[in-house]
Amino acid sequence: MGEQDWRVGALSEMYRIRAFEEQSADFYRQGLLGGSLHLGIGQEAVAVGAVGALRSADQVTMTYRGRGQALAKGVSAAAMFAEMLGRSTGTSHGKGGPMHIYSPEAGAMGTNAIVAAGIPIAAGLALAAQLDESDRVVMTFFGDGAVNQGAFHEAMNLAAIWKLPLVLICENNLYSEMTPIREMVVQDDLADRAKAYAIPAAVVDGNDVVVVRQAAEEAVQRARSGQGPTFLECKTYRLVGHMLGDPEVYRTRDEVERWAANGPLVRLEASLVRDGRLTAKACEEMQAAAREEIQAAAAQALAEPEPDVAQALTHVF
Amino acid sequence: MPEMSYAQALNDALGQALANDPKVLVMGEDIGHHGGVFAVTKGLLERFGPKRVIDTPISESGFLGAAIGAATVGYRPVVELMWVDFAMVAMDPIVNQAAKTSYMSDGRVKVPLVIRTQQGAGRGNGAQHSQSLETMFAQVPGLKVAAPFEPADAKGMLMAAVEDDGPVIFLEHKLLYTRKGDVPGGRHVVPLGKAKVSRLGQDVTLVGLSRMVELAETAAKELSRQGVEAEVIDLRCLVPLDIETIRVSLQKTGRVVLVQEAHRSFGWAAEVSARLMEDSFDDLKAPVRRITSEDVPFPYNQRLEASVMPSVPKVVAAALSLCQDY
Ligand SMILES: Cc1ncc(C[n+]2csc(CCOP(=O)(O)OP(=O)(O)O)c2C)c(N)n1
Ligand SMILES: [Mg+2]
Repeated sequence: MGEQDWRVGALSEMYRIRAFEEQSADFYRQGLLGGSLHLGIGQEAVAVGAVGALRSADQVTMTYRGRGQALAKGVSAAAMFAEMLGRSTGTSHGKGGPMHIYSPEAGAMGTNAIVAAGIPIAAGLALAAQLDESDRVVMTFFGDGAVNQGAFHEAMNLAAIWKLPLVLICENNLYSEMTPIREMVVQDDLADRAKAYAIPAAVVDGNDVVVVRQAAEEAVQRARSGQGPTFLECKTYRLVGHMLGDPEVYRTRDEVERWAANGPLVRLEASLVRDGRLTAKACEEMQAAAREEIQAAAAQALAEPEPDVAQALTHVF
Repeated sequence: MPEMSYAQALNDALGQALANDPKVLVMGEDIGHHGGVFAVTKGLLERFGPKRVIDTPISESGFLGAAIGAATVGYRPVVELMWVDFAMVAMDPIVNQAAKTSYMSDGRVKVPLVIRTQQGAGRGNGAQHSQSLETMFAQVPGLKVAAPFEPADAKGMLMAAVEDDGPVIFLEHKLLYTRKGDVPGGRHVVPLGKAKVSRLGQDVTLVGLSRMVELAETAAKELSRQGVEAEVIDLRCLVPLDIETIRVSLQKTGRVVLVQEAHRSFGWAAEVSARLMEDSFDDLKAPVRRITSEDVPFPYNQRLEASVMPSVPKVVAAALSLCQDY
C-alpha cells in the first residue's frame, strides 16, 4: 500500500474520531450523559497514527480521554455511544460509562479514570504476551500529567527489566487539567525520563499523523521482535477544555487558536491537497461521510433500551 | 449569621486557618491557580502566596508522604485529594505512615495533617469516581474520620481538624458543595466526635452521615405525614464515634434505622448496630435496620445507580415497618 493510500485512510479515520467526539459533546449538552466528559479533539493524529501501527490482536489501554483510540482500534461507535448513554447494548451494558470502555474482542482493554493506572496494567498485558510466546504488542496511552505518578515509573522499570513488548505513548497536550506541565516537570521533554530506564524514546510531533505513524511502526517493530519497550512523547494539544464545562481560564484564546491552525486535521488535509492526492472538495465529502456514519451510530444507540435494573447486581465477581 | 454554601464555608475555614497560624499549609492538585475543582480553595493562593498554598503534580503518594514529613516538624498541612478514589494510590502514607507515627514514636512525633477529599455517588460518575470509603479509614487506629453535612459544620469541623494534633480524614460530599446554610463568621470550631440531633421525635431514630442526613430529614417529614415522628441524628464523625447520642435517642424511641451511603457489608452501620446490640439491647424494641448501598461497584447508568443506593422511600419503608411490626 502506498503512502498516499494510507494517509487518505488516516484522514478518514481522524474525521470519524472528530465526529464521534463532537457527537459526544452534543449528547453531553443535551443532558444525556452522566458524570464528566473529556474529549480528545485536537489529538486525533496520535490515536490514528499510533493505533494504525497495531494489528487487531494487539492490545491498548487508554484514559478517560481515550475513546478516539478505542474507535481507531476497532471498537464499534454505536456500542460506545450506547455505553455513554447507559444503554443495554453498550460495551458494558451501560454499567461502565465513558470512562470505562472495555472491548476485549477489539483489544481495547479499558479506558481508565485513575491517572496512570492503565500503564502497569498494559505492562501486565505485555508480560502475558511474552509468556504466551505470542507476538502481540501492547500500547498504552496516557497524558503528560501521568509521568509524575509512581505507577508510571514502576511500570517503566518493569517494562525495561523484563523487556516487555510495550509501546508507551505519552500524549503531551501541555496541561493536566488546569495545570501547565512546565510547572510540574523540570525537563522540556518528558521523553528524557525514559533514559533513566534505558528505554528507547523519541519526541514526536503529535499533530502530524505521518510522523506519529512512522515512530509507532518502529516502536511496534521493536516490541514485536523481542527488543523491548519504547517510549514516545507525542506533543499535541487539546483544542477543547479538560472536560465539558471547563471555563479554560488557565490558557489564552490566542494559544488555542494558534494550535487550532496547526491542528492534526487541517495539517493532513493541507498536505494531501498540496501533494495533489485529494481535492478540498474530496476532503469535505470524506468528512461528511464520516459524520453521517457517526450520526447513524448515534441514532442507533439512542434507540436502544436501558438495561434492566437487575443488571446492576450482576458481574460483581 | 451569613449564609454560605458548603464549599464557601470550607473556603472560609481554610482562609481563617491560614490567617491564624503561619504553620498551616494547603496542598493539592489544581488547588492554587485554579482554586480547586470544586472551588473550595478559591482565592487562597492570591491571599497567602505560593509558599502556603502549594499546587502539586499528580503524585498523591508523593505529596501525601511529603505532607506527613512537614507535619512531623510542626507544619499543619491541609491536603486536598480531589476525589476519595485517588486516596487508593496513596494508602501507604495514610495507613502505614500518618496513622501510626504517633503510636510508633510513643507520642513523640505527631502528624497534624488534614486530608480533605470528597466522595459519594449520584452523579453518574462511574465506578472509580463514586465511592464512599469512610469505613476503610475508620478501621485504621490513629485516623480520625469526619464527614460533615451542614455548611456550618463543614467550617467548624474543618477548623477543629486543622487544630487537631493527629491525622484527620475529612470527607466532603460532591453533592453537598452547593448546599446553603447559615455559617458563623470568624473562628468557629465544632469539636470532632460529637453527633447532632437535627430533628426531635419519639417513634424512631434515623441516623445518617454526610449526605444521608438529607435523606433522613426528608424521610422524617414524610413519616410525620403518616403519623410517625422520627428523631434524626447527624453522626458527623465516625472516629471518634459518638454512640452516646444514639443511645440516648434509642432510650426514647426504641427503634433505629441507620442510613449509610457506602456499601452494605462491613460499613459503619454494622459497627453502630453491633455497639447498640452490645450496650443498648434492653432499649431496642425492634431489630436495628440498615439502609445502605448494595455490595456492588456503582454502575454508570443513573437509573441503575439510583437503584443500588439508599433513597427516601427505602428509609420511610424501613421506619414504618419497624413502627408497625414492633
Ligand atoms: C490518581 C488520580 N489523581 C487525580 C485524578 C484527577 N485527574 C483527572 S484527569 C487529570 C489530569 C491528567 O492530565 P494528563 O495526564 O495530562 O492527561 P490529559 O487529561 O491532559 O489527557 C487529573 C488530575 C485522577 N483521575 N486520578
Ligand atoms: Mg495532559
